[in-house]
Amino acid sequence: MMRKLKWLYGLLFLLLLTSLMYAQETFPVNGVADSRSGTYAFVNATIVKDAQTTIKDATLVIKEGKIISVGASAAIPKDAVIVNCAGKYIYPSLIDIYSDYGIPIPQRQQQGGGFFAAQQFTTNTKGPYGWNQAIHSEVNGFALFNANETKAKPLRDIGFGSVLTHQKDGIARGTGVFVTLGDDKENLLIVKEKASTHYSFSKGTSTQSYPGSMMGSVALLRQTYLDAQWYKSKPAKEGVNLSLQSWNDNQNLPQIFDAADKWGDIRADRIGDEFGVQYIIKGGGDEYQRINDIAATKASFILSLNFPEAQNVEDPNDARFVSLADMKHWELAPTNPAAFEKAGIPFCITSADLKDAKQFWTNLRKAIDYGLSETKAFEALTKTPATLLGVYDRTGSLDAGKLANFLITTDPLFNEKTKIVENWVQGKEYTVNNDAWINASGNYNLVISSGGTSSNYVLEVKSATSANVIAKDTLTGKFSFDGKMIQLSFSPVASKKESEKAKQKADVAVIRLSGVNNGAIWQGNGIDTNGKAVLWSATLLKATSATDSIKKRQTHVTGKVIYPFVAYGSEQIAKQEDILIKNATVWTNEKEGKLEATDVLVKGGKIVQVGKNISGGSARVIDGSGKYLTPGIIDEHSHIAAFSINEGAQSITSEVRIADNLNPEDIDIYRQLSGGVTSSHILHGSANTIGGQTQLIKLRWGVNDEALKFKGADPFIKFALGENVKRTAASQGNTRFPNTRMGVEEVLMDGFTRASDYQRQLKEAEENNRKKGAVPIVVRRDLELDALVEIMNKKRFITCHSYVQPEIISTMRVAEKFGFRVNTFTHILEGYKVADKMKEHGASASTFSDWWAYKLEVQDAIAYNAAIMQKVGLNVCINSDDGEMARRLNQEAAKTIKYGGATEEEAFKMVTLNPAKALHVDDRVGSIKVGKDADLVLWSDNPLSIYAKALYTIVDGTVYFDREKDLELRKQIAEERNRLIRKMIAEGKSSGTVSPAKPSTHIVLTCGDHAHNHALLEEDGDDVMNNNNQIEMK
Amino acid sequence: MRKLLFINILLSLLVTGVSAQDDVYPAKEYKGLLFIKNATIHVGNGQIIENGTIQVNDGRIEKVGKDIPIPVDDVKVFDVKGKQVYPGLILSASDVGIREIGGNAVRGSNDFFELGDYNTNVRSIVAYNADSRIPGTLRANGILFANSIPQGGLLPGASSVVQLDAWNYEDAAYKTDVGIHFNMPSLLSRQGRQQSPDPVKQGLENIEEVKQFFRQAKAYLNETVHKETNLKFEATRGLFEKKQKFFVHCEIVREILIAIDFAKEFAFDVVLVGASECYQVADLIKQNNIAVILRQEHSLPTLDDDDIDQPFKTPAILQKAGVLFALNDEDESTRYRNLPFNAGTAVAYGLTKEQALTAITLNAAKILGIDDRTGSIEVGKDANIIVCEGDILDMKTSIITDAFIQGRKVSLENKQTQLYERYKTKYGIN
Repeated sequence: MMRKLKWLYGLLFLLLLTSLMYAQETFPVNGVADSRSGTYAFVNATIVKDAQTTIKDATLVIKEGKIISVGASAAIPKDAVIVNCAGKYIYPSLIDIYSDYGIPIPQRQQQGGGFFAAQQFTTNTKGPYGWNQAIHSEVNGFALFNANETKAKPLRDIGFGSVLTHQKDGIARGTGVFVTLGDDKENLLIVKEKASTHYSFSKGTSTQSYPGSMMGSVALLRQTYLDAQWYKSKPAKEGVNLSLQSWNDNQNLPQIFDAADKWGDIRADRIGDEFGVQYIIKGGGDEYQRINDIAATKASFILSLNFPEAQNVEDPNDARFVSLADMKHWELAPTNPAAFEKAGIPFCITSADLKDAKQFWTNLRKAIDYGLSETKAFEALTKTPATLLGVYDRTGSLDAGKLANFLITTDPLFNEKTKIVENWVQGKEYTVNNDAWINASGNYNLVISSGGTSSNYVLEVKSATSANVIAKDTLTGKFSFDGKMIQLSFSPVASKKESEKAKQKADVAVIRLSGVNNGAIWQGNGIDTNGKAVLWSATLLKATSATDSIKKRQTHVTGKVIYPFVAYGSEQIAKQEDILIKNATVWTNEKEGKLEATDVLVKGGKIVQVGKNISGGSARVIDGSGKYLTPGIIDEHSHIAAFSINEGAQSITSEVRIADNLNPEDIDIYRQLSGGVTSSHILHGSANTIGGQTQLIKLRWGVNDEALKFKGADPFIKFALGENVKRTAASQGNTRFPNTRMGVEEVLMDGFTRASDYQRQLKEAEENNRKKGAVPIVVRRDLELDALVEIMNKKRFITCHSYVQPEIISTMRVAEKFGFRVNTFTHILEGYKVADKMKEHGASASTFSDWWAYKLEVQDAIAYNAAIMQKVGLNVCINSDDGEMARRLNQEAAKTIKYGGATEEEAFKMVTLNPAKALHVDDRVGSIKVGKDADLVLWSDNPLSIYAKALYTIVDGTVYFDREKDLELRKQIAEERNRLIRKMIAEGKSSGTVSPAKPSTHIVLTCGDHAHNHALLEEDGDDVMNNNNQIEMK
Repeated sequence: MRKLLFINILLSLLVTGVSAQDDVYPAKEYKGLLFIKNATIHVGNGQIIENGTIQVNDGRIEKVGKDIPIPVDDVKVFDVKGKQVYPGLILSASDVGIREIGGNAVRGSNDFFELGDYNTNVRSIVAYNADSRIPGTLRANGILFANSIPQGGLLPGASSVVQLDAWNYEDAAYKTDVGIHFNMPSLLSRQGRQQSPDPVKQGLENIEEVKQFFRQAKAYLNETVHKETNLKFEATRGLFEKKQKFFVHCEIVREILIAIDFAKEFAFDVVLVGASECYQVADLIKQNNIAVILRQEHSLPTLDDDDIDQPFKTPAILQKAGVLFALNDEDESTRYRNLPFNAGTAVAYGLTKEQALTAITLNAAKILGIDDRTGSIEVGKDANIIVCEGDILDMKTSIITDAFIQGRKVSLENKQTQLYERYKTKYGIN
């Protein structure tokens, strides 16, 4: 009974406490009204109003949760409680713009996708919402928000007074709510209920299959912008769609995009540009690696201080697997905020993503040590976020009328030893370090009295946790002081010898004192060495002045940023040069054929002269004596240099684009340059019948994603047929149409039939809308059908994954029905069976030299395929579809000599001129001809020989691979690794925080067609994509 | 002209036949003398004999050298003037004959992956399908032998060496149960998202269990009469008697160190299979007399930071350290027929041509324990010989014209050559 009552009282007390101060008028009072104004005057403080204004000996007056006045001569109201802040500093409380405080973290219902996993085609969300489970623009942070004291306290303790909080889940995440970190009712904590709206590339807890790739996320966002626009016309067929409605309603709010990394930042910004939106971008912490590209987004950024920990690399067998890039990032990540400041990019700082809130100040000070100015750091946590969110009139500085959100600190905020004493939120006091109110350090006269006798000591307080008692000797005491309560115990007998000390430890006679700080005097009671009660007091003799805690900022020597930010990157990207290659055997691929002892002159990225005894003026001369010069290799079918390859969630995904997720830092670019490759056609995978839009690139090592593109080339798209698209190897049975080659053909028929109708509707609408007074017809823009219309209009071209003969024929017939041609059949291992029909249709063929038996549909694949198709008169290419083999495409071409007796020239054209033709770029590349791009390879030997090595690989007159320089780079990599490992070991030892060594895996993307496992640390991109979506959920 | 064309078509019809490969016959045993003359003989042990002759009698090499007289009576003589002669190539780690269609969509075609962790008694030879379509394509590229290895679990069983021109597995068996395989658990600490918290610790525990298995097996074999027979233990006898090799499939240095530990504790003849990181401890491997099969040279470096040509130059590092090693091809997309080109790549990165050849012939034979019978063109060995138009290691010239297994001249035809003929006929091309 008693216990129960106690519990009830406790509950009542809590209720009273939370509604004590500024009760809402609508809420009935249970008891006696207790309205208080909460007027305080903080006097004698150094007040930092904002980054520009500091006032010494100033007063801050607050009332009813707001600031009344600030200044050196601020009037103190009569009813104010006066708080003496002599020696203290007052700052506006910090603002965290990227929080999920008080918002539930949603859980994923089931395991995610993967290439062969079961599929979910529509949303599982119930209600009048959109089709995709990852788009929940209808979610409102304010509706989900519940104040949570256990989560609020750690944030307040590190200085935050308010946060923008939202549900971190999905691609469109709905709105964020701006709240303070007080512990009142939510009604009073919400500063702005709709303060922002949020986006990301990660589908989060969505169990729906689409999107299953980065490209798909981009396409979904783009299509949703279009759909939302269309929804404004109130299309009857759509009914009520609250997702689109909210999307439209919230467009005027600040738009915040969690872009996850530097390429994501740029990618997000491009989407924004397309739809007239400037996102505020939450970065990934690696932006310093491409700061100029980041600056070009013109976005404001949100930066986390989640710097990587040192890894335990003491064991060489662990250090072995940690990459240079990961170690360099560890070293340079703390420079990220400083890089933003230097580049003049506006940014906020968030405490998000930290393992432990306590890391916040450690890492913020680290960022300052690494070049961030204190002023910028302060603004990034106050004015900048408040301004971006349109709440600077409410918080972010100490000005009259704003929320009384402020910090009282012992010293200037960014000093090493500074402590936050109190954090006031909406005029309410929250103690952080009570002990720090008073600098207790100093010497005290300690009097211990018992039964009329008293002993005097000097109590030397060093800090809130350490003190000595000085009698004849200096006695080490156990001391604690929390600002109010004092505990002290010490042994009055000193033991000088260490050994005696140890002996005594077990049973030492100690005096134990406990007391309270009454301001001028500390006093209390205790027990002496004999167990008798004593009383004691302590009065200050002499205060020790606080030690100057301004630490000299360390200067940090770090390695340099390299481009790209992986091994074999350089501080300077290779530059275009004028080059004269002298006296080489030149394989022209033109009617001149092979030319002995010939010179080739390159200027301005083009081949300008081919002949004997050319004078190159100031051009760099490369001696080609005894060597072979050829055009660069063009890989018609590749999956390197991208962040995702397959969007397999639907049978038609022509809306996705490889170009949306190029990865110019893939080491395979460099490795393939070493094999003489200069251009690669990056294809979507073969997960579905109509896959995504492809991207032709040039292997320009070190440039950004945009500069990687082969400019001016015709756009292509990937199609696929057969086993993969009917999901023969699906782990849980196939549920996606089609399941047979019959269905595959109908997917094509359906797609182009719809595209034809769509094209007609667009045209009709356009004609109608031109008429005066006509009721406008709004046709929904469909990115998927747009691409198919382009195909039908011969503005986009198909490269089609294909194997067995019926699917090849039926696809050609579908194309013919709709008046276009299949440009290229890729894989095409049974092309030899229908080569005559392909010739008639006008398709090119891009195949493997000798692949077979890796699945049922390649049982009839033969190594003579290329030779037969060539002899029938097709334009035949040999491609890699494989990150390893692409380094040896010259050898793959040579196999057509072995299998089918091609001539050397015919063979070599299959990896140069023929793919150039298939890709419609033979006016630019593919042969050595005056006027063409200087994409050249100098080989050590006959380029079709297995013994040949590329010595120089040149793209646009730029030497991106030089075998001599490669040896130099290896040395540099080894030295840099060694330096970083030593530094990491040292830092691990000094900081005491190390995480286990984490092997740096290489993510490999494949078409999902066949085995691609080529190295120990490879990770399948498909798995990574689906797991990443989960990590986000924590 | 028309007549010629007609003959051509007739000829091609003859070789093509009606149904795929069923008319490619294993060669009959050849009794008596057989000569290969005017040959550039690449012996397999590093030597080259220019303009040499090989004398074969009843399938065995009787003489090799210059100026060997050839009798004028009824003997087979192959004049290979201008061509290169090599020992038959050996694929030292494969799943030939037990895995037909790759991927996992046609489960019924696969017999290489058994259930359970301790399958020392499982034997690949009993599932070897001599009618598989793979061997024909291998023969055509000079590969005449394969070690066919079961997979799955920690100890997947025993592999056997087969010759690739046979009616059935008993016919094919060249040496059965050459060794027991151990798939070492990975000791790479990938902090995978759904993996056990410490995969290395887990791996070490599993390895200890395998050691316990062999300790118990050894004790069991010490006893002559058993109350209950244990087939798994019985199957390990050859290991302890050093009649079988212990093939340890592993990759990284830590795993290699553990493999050496096995050699030390059980005195097994250890062969590392895979061992892509072995170049870091080549000297240690040599000191412990451990052999290596580099599973796939055409592969990518482990780490972005690694030398871009690391896998290509690893053989040269092993050669320099004096390690006994074989090169191999396990590429699933081409089904192992690029074995000579894996070796050719090693030549571009540091081996001599003869060293590279040795790595796919004599070294492989030594590692598999068949070097008394094959691996080189030397007196007393089986006449396992191939004839090539040019350098076998360079695809441009690597065109096999003749192949002999135990003196039998085997067919170089296969389904692929037949389909080639079939469609040349369709289009009327040469």
